[in-house]
Amino acid sequence: MTGPAALSWQWMAPALFGLAFLALWELLVTVMHVPPYVLPGPYAIAGALASGFTSLMASLWITLTITLAAFAIALVTGTGFAVLFTESRLAARALYPYAVALQVTPIVAIAPLILIWVGLDNAHVAVTILAAIAAFFPVLANMTAGLRAADPNLVDLFRLYGASRWQIMWGVRLPSALPYLLSAMKISAGLALIGTVVAEFVAGSGTATGLAWRILEAGNRLQIDRMFAALFLLSGLGIGLFLSLTALEYAVLRHWHEGIRDRRAGR
Amino acid sequence: MATPLLTLHNVSRRFDGTGHALAGISADIAAGSFVSLVGPSGCGKSTLLRLIAGLDAPSGGTLTWAHGPPDLFGFVFQDATLMPWASVFDNVWLPFRLRGISRQEAGTAVYEALALVGLADRADAYPHTLSGGMRMRVSIARALALKPRVLLMDEPFAALDEITRARLNDDLNILWTEHGWTVLYVTHSVYEAAYLSTRVLVMPADARAFVADIAIDAPAPRGDAWRADARFAHISAKITQQLRTAATANAQHAS
Repeated sequence: MTGPAALSWQWMAPALFGLAFLALWELLVTVMHVPPYVLPGPYAIAGALASGFTSLMASLWITLTITLAAFAIALVTGTGFAVLFTESRLAARALYPYAVALQVTPIVAIAPLILIWVGLDNAHVAVTILAAIAAFFPVLANMTAGLRAADPNLVDLFRLYGASRWQIMWGVRLPSALPYLLSAMKISAGLALIGTVVAEFVAGSGTATGLAWRILEAGNRLQIDRMFAALFLLSGLGIGLFLSLTALEYAVLRHWHEGIRDRRAGR
Repeated sequence: MATPLLTLHNVSRRFDGTGHALAGISADIAAGSFVSLVGPSGCGKSTLLRLIAGLDAPSGGTLTWAHGPPDLFGFVFQDATLMPWASVFDNVWLPFRLRGISRQEAGTAVYEALALVGLADRADAYPHTLSGGMRMRVSIARALALKPRVLLMDEPFAALDEITRARLNDDLNILWTEHGWTVLYVTHSVYEAAYLSTRVLVMPADARAFVADIAIDAPAPRGDAWRADARFAHISAKITQQLRTAATANAQHAS
């Protein structure tokens, strides 16, 4: 199928499935008399979302800002180190193993340490740092690959016309790495959100009341409907980030060769 | 012959692990000549071109330019080697940009170069919207835009279909006739070499001294008349014969 029919079906199919799923859920919960402190129905969850709207939105805002800040930090530092690694083999040799070490160390394990360093009163700073660490590696790895994947003939052409290293970096390597950066961003934004949530679980307190903290808090009070409401908001946030970055990717790469664009986008 | 523009004396280039890419190549290149380098794959033709362009340094021997090395080369690669993120105009503007010349200042020259290859109306297009032949024309426009006197071409039309290739060969022959550049042209195609060149150098597979140096004394521009000429067939056969000798010589070395 092609054309608008296919496009609308692309949206209709998951939407219909979702509605059917919610209806079945509501039906089973009602028919089987499942107690709401085990599994509330979608209707009850919507109610919890409505009644706790203000505090949940405030928490959503906190989680969103921390995720975006961590994402931005990961983008800047990841790209910066990738540029350094491309320009200096020595730096790459010396530092890359530590970048991997940072990646494979579970952030849950370093969270208490970071929290002590920044002070318990600055839990949101600790959460931002931890989320940035989680989001850092895909940017570094993809950008390093992207910067090295620049067409060697194009690099030679720049050299032929007397370009400086900086001009080659800015004129060939960075634009060539753009498709890599954009796919890394989609992974990295998701990791920033996961990092934020995990770090909030560990470090969250009275000063860092993001969505993860709301989930813990509601769990302690056996408000399962509120837990689900916060969970849906988190999923929505993740989906929103992913869709925004997919749109950005399309906008930036629309002039590129379709083959390059599709391959990098992983389609 | 007057003083050659470029003298190669015993030029060699070693690569780690792969033995010699070039072993003692000598030749004189006259100003205004169209010199084709033909030879089996991997014999070092491209390496020689990179050495001449100054993109690489020889391991031994000397390259001497009669008037000092040109500060400008036109270089055309086998692939069009365009920036996919930039419009046709911006791609041709690149050599100017790297010399600090703004879009406005370079505008006329860029359009002139595009007009030369018949693409002035596609200045705003992006490379992926163009055919392979058009992309190659853009690449040639970029090489010509700063008006270099020396043009280095590394199998520029090898990836194109026969008809497009023949048309671009015609265009190149006419442009060369009009502008009198010195062209060094690497190719696999015997017919291309016989059609375009004033001189064909045949390189052996082991990249020692050229096995043949064939002068082609035909009127320019050449066109289909030259393709149909008996001398064209004769020269093509001669180059083919020399290429075969080059390959056999190497097989005997190897055994």
